[in-house]
Order: sequence, then structure tokens, then C-alpha cells
Amino acid sequence: MDITPATAATPPPLPGGSQPAPAEQSKAAARAGDRIFLALSRGSGILLLVIMAAIAVFLTVRAASALSHNEGNFFTTFEWNANANPPVFGIAVLAFGTIVSSLIAMLIAVPVAIGIALFISHYAPRKLAAPLSYVIDLLAAVPSIVYGLWGALFLVPHLTGLYGWLNDYLGWTGIFAYHDGAARSLFTIGILLAIMILPIVTSVSREVFLQAPKMHEEAALALGATRWEVIRMSVLPFGRSGIISASMLGLGRALGETMAVATVLSPSFEIGKSLLDPGGGTFAQNIASSFKESGEIGKDALIASGLVLFVLTLLVNGAARMIIARRKEYTA
Amino acid sequence: MAKRIDVSGLSAFYGAHKAIDDISMTVEPRSVTAFIGPSGCGKSTFLRTLNRMHEVTPGGRVEGKVLLDDENLYGPGVDPVSVRRTVGMVFQRPNPFPTMSIYENVVAGVRLNGGRLRKAELDAVVEKSLKGANLWKEVKDRLNKPGAGLSGGQQQRLCIARAIAVEPQVLLMDEPCSALDPISTLAIEDLIGELKERFTIVIVTHNMQQAARVSDRTAFFNLAGVGQPGKLVEIDDTERIFSNPSVQATEDYISGRFG
Ligand SMILES: Nc1ncnc2c1ncn2[C@@H]1O[C@H](COP(=O)(O)OP(=O)(O)OP(=O)(O)O)[C@@H](O)[C@H]1O
Ligand SMILES: [Mg+2]
Repeated sequence: MDITPATAATPPPLPGGSQPAPAEQSKAAARAGDRIFLALSRGSGILLLVIMAAIAVFLTVRAASALSHNEGNFFTTFEWNANANPPVFGIAVLAFGTIVSSLIAMLIAVPVAIGIALFISHYAPRKLAAPLSYVIDLLAAVPSIVYGLWGALFLVPHLTGLYGWLNDYLGWTGIFAYHDGAARSLFTIGILLAIMILPIVTSVSREVFLQAPKMHEEAALALGATRWEVIRMSVLPFGRSGIISASMLGLGRALGETMAVATVLSPSFEIGKSLLDPGGGTFAQNIASSFKESGEIGKDALIASGLVLFVLTLLVNGAARMIIARRKEYTA
Repeated sequence: MAKRIDVSGLSAFYGAHKAIDDISMTVEPRSVTAFIGPSGCGKSTFLRTLNRMHEVTPGGRVEGKVLLDDENLYGPGVDPVSVRRTVGMVFQRPNPFPTMSIYENVVAGVRLNGGRLRKAELDAVVEKSLKGANLWKEVKDRLNKPGAGLSGGQQQRLCIARAIAVEPQVLLMDEPCSALDPISTLAIEDLIGELKERFTIVIVTHNMQQAARVSDRTAFFNLAGVGQPGKLVEIDDTERIFSNPSVQATEDYISGRFG
């Protein structure tokens, strides 16, 4: 989600370009070195741009070809029959599933992650904080297929109890209604994604909280603030933009998560009334699940859906940047 | 409002390192006491033991007694948070909360201590405290602007307003003017003269003239040697310390013949 070809393409400033060299000889050598380095960095920058452009053109052309064959509406069709004749497919279910599961993940993960990060940075004794941060960082390195297997084999069978409880107390809302069956729903996906993005959100927030200026924490303490009040007055205001960045990193991962979702979800092309209904799908999961059995147009259709996911991720990133830019007033 | 401070046998540590050793002194209510002494002799450390801020530093530990009137700040069951509400502090570098407006900065402590106050009550506190800190005239038209937008001297007076807004018994100041220009310094010195009518004030300073100008009593701290803890050499009326101190080291320090 952080691909910025523009920066990669600019050649880095030349080392030693204007530095006085000790002797004439080494000056000439340095100039030759400079020239080679300049050529290399410029060349690789241009190469990168060309590759990026080629990929973009390739994807767009293929996607456009699939769209030209599509008999349904790409945005509103509740169906994915890209290999049928004529092909009919639409991303409505995928977009809904991707956004809803990621939102659930954020709602669960962000508050918990902030809590853990604050605990590590401001509550836990040092002896506990160091191993705890280490474990959290380690969790971020677990491959997503492992989370997927754990989700399918452990989480799904163990969530039925929670589902029943939600149904008893919140079933009347409709979105938490549950009738028997395996817990392979968007809600379960949301919980799994929450667990998966927890480490990254936690460790980024923790780093930010640790940098909160001591002088403002002391200002709060000296006014007679309790530890929580110190956090509210000095740490959280300082960390706000960091929390947003951390959440966006997590959201980016949740939106694009593939293997874990594909392993746990039982995909279907309908939008259930309840979040607890089995079925649904996400962009990434749909690509992973249907790529192999797809023909020419089927693959192109998947590429089109992938481009939509890409745009979605870009939008999320842009929104986060705007929020952070508008909150620049923190001047320590 | 103001209370007497009675320190006896007080030592403070950073981990295994003893920073100050066995200090005893009395600070009278409604007076200004200045702490002077060479760098590293433990003035800040001692000041921070008076509102239990020292123990916030990792490894920070205190032995001895600090009585505020008759209550031992280090007695069993005393909550450091409530101690800091009665003993306010102003730091060397002005540290208003950067995301808060001037108004919010002043009431930050009041909101903690008093819980919910009505808008009119808060307004009154803000006006009274800013007037008390001689800042009201300069900022009364921009109370909702960020506190960080003020000049350094104004920020320091804002911090003083924030500290006195909670009506503490004692006000501790650690080199409050060292980051300020002479005019702002003068403004704060005048302010200290006014504040001592209401509060017991302790101020750390490296500026001898400042100590002579603002304080009633002066305490001189010194180090016995490198790596040794700092000690209180003597405390006496400021006039006496600056004209006829009873210890030779004090005279050497004040006259600049030192080290
Ligand atoms: N956070 C800390 N951790 C460990 N040792 C410390 C810490 N702060 C101060 N010290 C040590 O305690 C001793 C006293 O320091 P303190 O800051 O109280 O001196 P000071 O008199 O205020 O000096 P200055 O005039 O430079 O402000 C010094 O030896 C210092 O090295
Ligand atoms: Mg100091």
C-alpha cells in the first residue's frame, strides 16, 4: 500500500559532488565514480518507472477487455460467473465483504492495540514491557496461512458460543441474528483479521507513545494528574496522528488479506441480512479461490476486481494522510 | 492558603547513586526561598522531592521526612497525586500543553482536581489565574488560540497561571527564567513578589542577582566532591547570605571565587 515510484525514481543526491578532493588524482577518480553512480541510479529509476507503467498498462488493458465482455453491471451485480457464456460478474458482494470485515477488524483491533501499546509504554514495569513487545513483534511475523488454519480449525468451532450469546442479546437488531451452522461468516473473518492486524497496530502505536515528550507528561503529573490523566492530557494528543497511521497500516493489511480469509470463509455471492450468516466474500479471497479454474475472461475479470481493491486501498491511504495533515497543530 | 515546609533528614537516590544527603530545613509560609549552588549539586533533585516528583524518575527513591504543616508527605498511605495537587511546580522550560488553547491550559489542572465545574466558574478561574500571572491583558482577546503560539516568556507565565489555578499551598520553581530574556525575567520576578502574598515559594536559580532580588531566605547547596552526594551548606536570610555568610564556601561561591 505504500508504493511510491516517484521517490524511488529520483536519483539520490550525489555524494562528494561538490566536496573538495585532497589531490587532483583522486578528484578525477571521484568524478568518474560520480558519473557511473549517476548513470546507474538514473537508469534504475527509469527502469523502475517503465516496469511500473508496463504493469499498469497490462492490468488496465486486461481489465478493460473483461469489462467489455461483461453482461452484468460490474458494480451492482450479485454474481461472479465470469467463465459463463456470456460472462456475468459484479463486485458488489466482494466490496461489501471486504469493507465490512475490515471495519469489524478495525473496531476490535484498534482499541485493543492502543490499550496494549499504552500498557507497554506507560504501565508495565520494564521487566515485563520488553518481553511483551518482543512477543507482539513476533506475532506480526506469523504467516497468514497459519492464522487461516488456526481460524478454520480453532476459531470457527469455538465461536458458536459467542454467536449464540450475540443472538440472545443483540439478535433483535437483525445484524446479529444467528441460526445454527458453522461460524464461517464475515463476522468471524473480522475477528480473525483483528487478531492478525493487532501486532502491527500495537507496535507502531507503542513506538509513538514512547516518544511522547517527557516535559508534557511531567507538566500533567505536577498538576496532580493520575497516570490515566497524564496519558489523556499529554500522550494521546501527541500520539493521535501516529495512531491514525498505525490503524491505516492495519486496515491496509486487512483489506488485502488473502489466504487466511480464503481458508476460513465459505464463499457465496449473496449479502446476508446478518453479519453472522455464513457466506460472502472479499476481493483478495475471491481472486485466490477462483483464479485456478478461471478461463481467459475469468482471469481478466479477477484482474479488474483487483484493480478496484487497489483503488480502495489508495483512497484509504489518501484519507489517512489528509487527516494527519489537518492535525499538524501539535508543535512541541 | 500557604503552608510551612519542614524537611528533616532527607536523602534522595537515583538507583544506587545518592544524589543528595541528609538535608534538613524549614521554609516559612508566605516567603520566597531561593536555592543556589553549583551545577549537579542536587537542587532540582531536592526540589522534586518536595512534591513527590522525584519518584517518577526510574530508580528514584527518597528517605527522610517532609512535613507540610504537620502532614508528612512521605507518610504511609499518602497519595503522591494529592501531594502534587497541593504543591505546584513550574519547570525550567515552559511546557504548556501544545494541543490545548490558552484557556484549556489554565483550567487543565482545575478540571482534574475539581471535576466538573460550570462554564462561569471556569471563566472566573481563568481570569483570576491569568491576572495572577500578569498575563491577562496580553491574552484576554485570544484565549482560544493555542498556548504554544505565545512567546517563551508568555508561555512561562501561562505555566505559572496553570499552576496557581489549582490554588496550591506551595509553588516550586526550577530555574523558571533561565530560558527567558531579561524583560520576561523581570516580569516573572515581579510576579514572584506578588505571589508570595498567597503562596509559599521555593525557587532554584543560577542567577545570584535574581536570588538577591526575589528571595527572603537563601539556601546554598554544594558537592563535597565528584561522585559525592550534594549537601545543604547553609540556609539563612538572603541579606545575610549575600553580605556575611557563616560558611566560607558560600562566600566563595557568591563572589565567584569557586572551584
Ligand atoms: N534522571 C537521573 N538519573 C540519574 N542521575 C541523575 C538524574 N537526574 C540527575 N541525576 C544526578 O543527580 C545529581 C543532582 O542532579 P540535579 O539535576 O538535581 O542537579 P542540579 O543542582 O539541579 O544541577 P543544575 O544546576 O545543573 O540544574 C547529579 O549528579 C546528576 O548527575
Ligand atoms: Mg537543575
